[in-house]
Amino acid sequence: MTKTVNQKAWLFVLPVLILVAFNAFIPLMTVVNYSVQETFGDNTFFWAGLMWFEDVLHSPRFHDALLRQLTFTFTILAIEIPLGVAIALTMPRRGVWVPVCLVTMALPLLIPWNVVGAIWNIFALPDIGLLGQVLNGLGFDYNFTRQPGAAWFTLIAMDVWHWTSLVVLLAYAGLVSIPDAFYQAAKIDGASGWAIFRYIQLPKMKRVLTIAVLLRFMDSFNIYTEPFVLTGGGPGNSTTLLSIDLVKVALGQFDLGPAAAMSLIYFLIVLLLSWVFYTLMMRNEDS
Amino acid sequence: MNRPALSYLRPLVPALYIAFMLLPIYWLLNMSFKTTNEILGDFTLWPRAFTLENYVTIFTDPTWYMGYVNALIYVSLNTVISVTVALPAAYAFSRYRFLGDKHLFFWLLTNRMAPAAVFALPFFQLYSAVGLFDTHLAVALAHTLFNIPLAVWILEGFMSGVPRQLDETAYVDGYSFPRFFGRIFLPTIAAGIGVACFFCFMFSWVELLLAKTLTAVAAKPIAATMTRTASTSGYELGLLAAAGTLTIVPGAFVIYFVRNYIAKGFALGRV
Repeated sequence: MTKTVNQKAWLFVLPVLILVAFNAFIPLMTVVNYSVQETFGDNTFFWAGLMWFEDVLHSPRFHDALLRQLTFTFTILAIEIPLGVAIALTMPRRGVWVPVCLVTMALPLLIPWNVVGAIWNIFALPDIGLLGQVLNGLGFDYNFTRQPGAAWFTLIAMDVWHWTSLVVLLAYAGLVSIPDAFYQAAKIDGASGWAIFRYIQLPKMKRVLTIAVLLRFMDSFNIYTEPFVLTGGGPGNSTTLLSIDLVKVALGQFDLGPAAAMSLIYFLIVLLLSWVFYTLMMRNEDS
Repeated sequence: MNRPALSYLRPLVPALYIAFMLLPIYWLLNMSFKTTNEILGDFTLWPRAFTLENYVTIFTDPTWYMGYVNALIYVSLNTVISVTVALPAAYAFSRYRFLGDKHLFFWLLTNRMAPAAVFALPFFQLYSAVGLFDTHLAVALAHTLFNIPLAVWILEGFMSGVPRQLDETAYVDGYSFPRFFGRIFLPTIAAGIGVACFFCFMFSWVELLLAKTLTAVAAKPIAATMTRTASTSGYELGLLAAAGTLTIVPGAFVIYFVRNYIAKGFALGRV
């Protein structure tokens, strides 16, 4: 669709601009301000230059947290995207089961994030939780509060439980928009199930799947509340993802300088990776 | 496609997934009807000593039920603010080209990407400085940070699906812009507005970090009340489970209303 050039359109955007600027610009400037100063806790600040940034970039603690974050994000993407597509493909397209499926699947998306953590905590606890009891009953030595491996397993399972529905709903939206004529034509041509998926369904889902990847990437990179309630970042530091580490530094130790520098580096990483996804997505939309 | 055995197995995939989804929720529900003794004493698959005591506590103690009221107030406030300011902006993005439009759109989206943890402390200072700390408005405004970009994104998707001819015909017919926007355009994209409201409700309802940072007593949401209970009065798991179960109810209610638009809505109008 061609758009007309109209500079007055700025007036329409102004309210959004003012509100978001108030919320984003002022706090961001506060963070920038802290990131270049040193304080000894008596409300006097000294210029510190880029010291904090160098500290953070060279700190093994930050590297570890970043590595854990990347592992987490790419693991859940690798599970949730294919699983979501598979479920969307097998879901009924019409009939009474459609609203039932859609409504139940959307349910986890509307549970407050700390409740998600709490649900999985009581579900997986080895003494009172169903999952913990069943796994231990089957002979696995499972205790997510003590074993890093078990903690990771629980964390990933929780995120898959929480967010796969989003991928399902997106992929499903792409699928139902395919006209029946496409399938009939494929049937006449004698196309195999794989060919239908590869040449009809997948191209139609491409756009919505890009949105799914983008949203899941951004949100999983910023995840805080669920793992905080589930494991508190433990056992040890084994599930301390970036946000958890950041809050520990900022609000736990009140090291405002390093925390601010870390915030900015963190934000820039999310921004950079999201920009890559966004550019790819917009290229898809244009073509 | 002549694989009847396989096609019988097809519904098994979503069925198994839904079962996996409902199990943890069942466990929560199960626990909410148990006494503390039963939870800690025996491992039971359903409540033996069925009790409603946990729910009674929540509905009679103001520190509990006000948590729901507070959360619902700021969530509604946020939804109204976000969608109202997003409507004209989305119209501008979908219909006009103007200086810096693409950069502006991406800048808006970057706010959706900002980790809440980064903003927790500065938000506390900002809202304390302007005297809004511990008010519903503070949380509602703070949540616009990620809800306005999302609302603009969704509405822009739905509006771009409406042909420009609609606008042009209306002007030819002598409609002024406000009259066209209110009488013709808004009803046309009613589904999109519903979906945008749903998303704003959803993300404001589930967010806790900022809501907790910006409130102390007067506007404290239920989710924050739950974390306090978990830490101060030790393990009142039954009560916690009941409170958790009740936080699912508003969401389920809202989903039911938008069930017909949910699939298109999650695709942000872009299918």
